[in-house]
Amino acid sequence: MHNSEEFRIPIGPQHPALKEPEGFSVALKGEKILGVDIRLGYNHRGIEKAAEERSYIQDIYLIERVCGICSHSHSTCFVQTVEEIAGLTVPARALYIRTIIAELERVHSHLLWLGVAGHEIGFDTLLMYSWRDREVVMDILALVTGNRVNYGMNTIGGVRRDISLQQAQEILKAMDILEERTKYYIEVATNETTIIKRLSGVGVLSREDVLLLDAVGPTARASGVKRDVRVDDPYAAYGELTFNVITDDHCDVYGRTVVRVKELLESYKIIRQALKNLPAGPIAIRAPRKIPAGEALGRYEAPRGEDVHYVKSNGTEKPERVKIRAPTLANVQAVKHMLRDRFLADMPIVVAAIDPCFSCTDRMVRLAEQGSDKSKIISWPSLHAYSIEWHKKQGIDFSELNKKLAARLAR
Amino acid sequence: MLREVLGSIFKKPATNLYPAQKLEMPDKFRGKLKFYPEKCIGCKMCMRDCPTNAITINKIAENKFEAVFDLSRCIYCAQCVDSCPKKALEPTKDVELAQLDKNKLRVVFSYKEKSR
Repeated sequence: MHNSEEFRIPIGPQHPALKEPEGFSVALKGEKILGVDIRLGYNHRGIEKAAEERSYIQDIYLIERVCGICSHSHSTCFVQTVEEIAGLTVPARALYIRTIIAELERVHSHLLWLGVAGHEIGFDTLLMYSWRDREVVMDILALVTGNRVNYGMNTIGGVRRDISLQQAQEILKAMDILEERTKYYIEVATNETTIIKRLSGVGVLSREDVLLLDAVGPTARASGVKRDVRVDDPYAAYGELTFNVITDDHCDVYGRTVVRVKELLESYKIIRQALKNLPAGPIAIRAPRKIPAGEALGRYEAPRGEDVHYVKSNGTEKPERVKIRAPTLANVQAVKHMLRDRFLADMPIVVAAIDPCFSCTDRMVRLAEQGSDKSKIISWPSLHAYSIEWHKKQGIDFSELNKKLAARLAR
Repeated sequence: MLREVLGSIFKKPATNLYPAQKLEMPDKFRGKLKFYPEKCIGCKMCMRDCPTNAITINKIAENKFEAVFDLSRCIYCAQCVDSCPKKALEPTKDVELAQLDKNKLRVVFSYKEKSR
């Protein structure tokens, strides 16, 4: 990959095209991309470690802030996992309310993505329109949950707020408005030649590559892979609702647009069904403050793809380990593949097409050698050993002191 | 597409003219918190559950408590409202909380003799 003819451009970590700090190093030959190195870690916030220092109730709000867009996804995934460890049976009404909020969130996330995608290809009118329509769903979320973002709807053992009849009417009214608008977007996406020409054949990811690189969410579904946790491993109320998994065989950014826009219609269908079948009963059961020792893995279909949470408890008020695998981490390898041998000008839309959320994704200890592109990922013990060796060379050596203390203890 | 464009020319802006036209927040909005000192029993469950340590309950005399909120820390999740066994806390619709002076973000609800 490295020869005298190639030219390397660093994009980021701070770059006007990126909404979040992330480093891309693009190797170019003329206009063509030979390869891309993606460097994660600029947005690492240490949330997993911070979660170990807080109680389960405090963690719900911390985990909710892993992502500003799919906040309900992360908190539901965490809460489901904790409920599984504690063996709690969540009331049916709570599961339905979780599903409704989850789909409202998917609607707002996909409308947001549609606007961003429009912006990246220079179709700013689409940005204005879809974000205007997104306000409708944001107002509904504020009405039902009390917040526009980071809804704080979940608690261990259920949800915190009920949906009243009047609120249900408001939601249904908003769904009618949005359905009409979405049908218009589908018409625009499938009939406007400019959009079709601009997005077709860009960021191609074949079905085989999806399976090889383990892409998730709309990125996988746009390549004809029927991969959706809502159907594969139903959680909340999805097992009792009927809806279609939207797939497309364009395998490119155009396919991803079509999948997302059509998924909006499925979301409206799910919300209508869930509101119609909303069972009566309590919205939460009392959960213990101390969660019994155990471990569990939770899966959840976030708007961007499969979200995985692992929680290990040790019988106290605080979890021993929380591990989060956000969907962007699963898709980021696919981006590398999609960009190879494509043009640099397509990079913004290809990166935007996975709907990346880097602050969800950032993790990793990585060392880069200055002056060369070699880098390696090292484990904590070897970093520890390296640090001790390095300081030994600087004259800070604890081995004599260790021996002295050991001898004194032996006496 | 063209019909949509021509139609938009005669429409008024979709955005709200914010400072002139105030937004009405829905009921039960999670805004600035309100504290009822006469209801507080000093169990400090709110302090224990607050994810950001934004709330402090001080005992000022026997069965008399005051609450100190640090609005710069508060994330407006209203978990304290759920945790309180005596409903001494309540979220309000107040959302215009921006301040230039950091000290003004510290809100004290002191115990008043009359309020009982």
